[in-house]
Amino acid sequence: MCLAVPAKIIEIENQLVTVEVGGLTRRASIVLLPDASLGDYVLIHAGFAISKIDEKEALETLHLFEQLSDGDSDNFSDLQD
Amino acid sequence: MSLPFLDVFRNGPQVRGLLAELTMRLEGGTTRRIMEVCGTHTMAISRQGIRQALPPELVLISGPGCPVCVTSNADIDRFIEISMLPGVIAATFGDMLRVPGTRMGLAQARGQGARVQIVYSTLDAVELARNNPDKEVVFFGVGFETTAPTVAAALLEARAAGLTNFYVLSVHKVVPPALEALCAAPKLAVDAFLCPGHVSAIIGPDAYLPVAEKYDMPCVIAGFEPVDILQSLIMITDQLNGERSVVETQYSRVVRPDGNPAARALMESVFDPCDAEWRGLGVIPGSGLSLKKEFSDQDAGNKFDVDVSYSREPKGCICGAILTGVKIPTDCGLFKTACNPGHPVGPCMVSSEGTCAAYYQYEI
Amino acid sequence: MSPVDNNRIQLGHGSGGKLTQELIESVFASRLNNPILARMDDAAIVELQGRLAITVDCHVVSPLFFPGGDIGRLSVTGTVNDLAMVGATALYLTAGFIIEEGFSVLDLERIIDSMSEAAMEAGIQIVAGDTKVVEKGAADGIFITTSGVGLIPAGIHISGSGARPGDAVIVSGSIGDHGVAILCQREGMNFETSLRSDCAPLGKLVREMLDASPRIRSLRDPTRGGLATTLNEIASASGVTIEIDEEKIPTKAEVRAACELTGLDPLVMANEGKLLAIVAVQDAERLVDTMRKNIHGKDAAIVGSVGHAEDGKTRVYIRTLLGSRRVLSMATGEQLPRIC
Repeated sequence: MCLAVPAKIIEIENQLVTVEVGGLTRRASIVLLPDASLGDYVLIHAGFAISKIDEKEALETLHLFEQLSDGDSDNFSDLQD
Repeated sequence: MSLPFLDVFRNGPQVRGLLAELTMRLEGGTTRRIMEVCGTHTMAISRQGIRQALPPELVLISGPGCPVCVTSNADIDRFIEISMLPGVIAATFGDMLRVPGTRMGLAQARGQGARVQIVYSTLDAVELARNNPDKEVVFFGVGFETTAPTVAAALLEARAAGLTNFYVLSVHKVVPPALEALCAAPKLAVDAFLCPGHVSAIIGPDAYLPVAEKYDMPCVIAGFEPVDILQSLIMITDQLNGERSVVETQYSRVVRPDGNPAARALMESVFDPCDAEWRGLGVIPGSGLSLKKEFSDQDAGNKFDVDVSYSREPKGCICGAILTGVKIPTDCGLFKTACNPGHPVGPCMVSSEGTCAAYYQYEI
Repeated sequence: MSPVDNNRIQLGHGSGGKLTQELIESVFASRLNNPILARMDDAAIVELQGRLAITVDCHVVSPLFFPGGDIGRLSVTGTVNDLAMVGATALYLTAGFIIEEGFSVLDLERIIDSMSEAAMEAGIQIVAGDTKVVEKGAADGIFITTSGVGLIPAGIHISGSGARPGDAVIVSGSIGDHGVAILCQREGMNFETSLRSDCAPLGKLVREMLDASPRIRSLRDPTRGGLATTLNEIASASGVTIEIDEEKIPTKAEVRAACELTGLDPLVMANEGKLLAIVAVQDAERLVDTMRKNIHGKDAAIVGSVGHAEDGKTRVYIRTLLGSRRVLSMATGEQLPRIC
């Protein structure tokens, strides 16, 4: 239930950061994501960073889509082993 | 310029390929009924045209995961009454502005002189309090576990700044008890749950274990892009075909195995669980969030004594049955006639994620 | 420099006497100077022959000043564009001002300067005006009403009811720029963006388009309510269905970013320097090529096509990435940012 958008942290000042997406910037709070660092891609919901985007997982997910949508696999669960 | 981690998940050929893959796995099999719990999923599914593209063997049912839709009329009326008090600035997310209460919505209250301010973030509401020391800023705390931590953060920020004019009226709710209540209800005919991606980013996949294990319900935590939703439906189908019922995370780029502990800790430092009334589901024990005693001086429920004895649910409105997946909007006698986005009767129509709004806008 | 006594508009400025005279001289006449206006008669006299197009537009935009324009510029381009959408070349505008007591004279001067620039850009003259001042609180700063008149060349018949099955649907450029630029300025949003309103006069673009194709059926500028509303209006007026392709609609990254963050749809956000054209399909590519040579059409694209009404229903559909079709409705009311 929630609109949240991936954005890049381009500036940090204590718990307030500046995030950028598509050329648009906004201040956001990382009080819910204290480990966030400069350059991270984070999910912004209502002005707060709520999760970090894991690039490795994102690539794996995309890879999975490629395989699935090419009809390469008979059964998705095989790919997980 | 592409939007990072968004546009790449909107690849046309991949989307169509996944749809073909899903269709192949379903065709000729038993009809599967999958409940999309989250209102944002309902909207995404409608907007992306997924419902129309699915084979008849897969039926998608919209669930109660629209925090606006499940807020009771009494709670809406309470906030509206507070907004009409002199000296109050009622701050709210835009989602709530047109939701009708028993007598009127916030937009009408604004028309009658209430000062209603739409904010994008709770921190903007705190800023309002800072900039208007002679006014009382009351924030409408609507939302599930994705949003509640941001409200908790705002309360703590206001406190740290020494502001004594920032209040929250909490009608926050939490998802897992509602899912259990749905599963325990005799009428529910649902085979699996498509679980909310962003709520899960906070609460983590383990929160759904009781539902998966006690009620044999496959649970897949899904992202919101077309490829995410289709892949999640494939994962659910595979579980059902393989007679498994486990919790899986499709949205692994965002949802960690332990969710977001810092957000949960913040939420738990400000809120206590309480019983809450969900429109359509009745009172669900432990499904709401109320401000802890230490925050009673910021609790709008304590501070402002308003009379909402006139609150009633709207006649003829079957939002309750819609929210539990028992009926669909076209079953409602008011759908499109007495109840439409211009003149909504129930929240399912006016809320941007409401099932009725989605059906009206995208599927008539 | 303004010779009025203090730098705020007073009620007296609207009462028709000396103060009004001073205001007109120092703020309006000097900036909107042209021979017709200079006569200062009760009505402007012009001579025109041919089919006249006449329109009126009220402007209440807030904030008054925004990146890419202001209420003054908007009041000129809005009316010029309304005339252009029926194929008329705008010639003369009139402007009525309702000003709130206490309004800054410097702001008023800025706004009239803007109107003067926009008028020059559009090749029109503002030939009549009126000013009233209302009590504090009775207006939101300033309201401007402009009416305009233009001539339609012989043989041009463009109307919202002219779309026919088989026609192509073209947009002149990126969608949603104005609406989102304004949204980002609204109190409480706190978005920083280089996005500007696309507010621009489209008269010249339309003339070039009319030269390129005699088979343009409809022209509309998708202002309030956005592309979705305009398409529905045309479909309804013409008794057809329209289908557009999600992947073909041009949008700026920042517009998409703002819409993703706030849950809004670029297709219902206002445009003030864009147009929608319905044209016979055989002319579509040539028309787009012509449009792309004009700065206001540089991102023009074919986005869809017109079809027959279905079961008597004149709907607008959008083909999604999935390849399925869903209904695209008109905007309903105020566009509110959401978090859900």
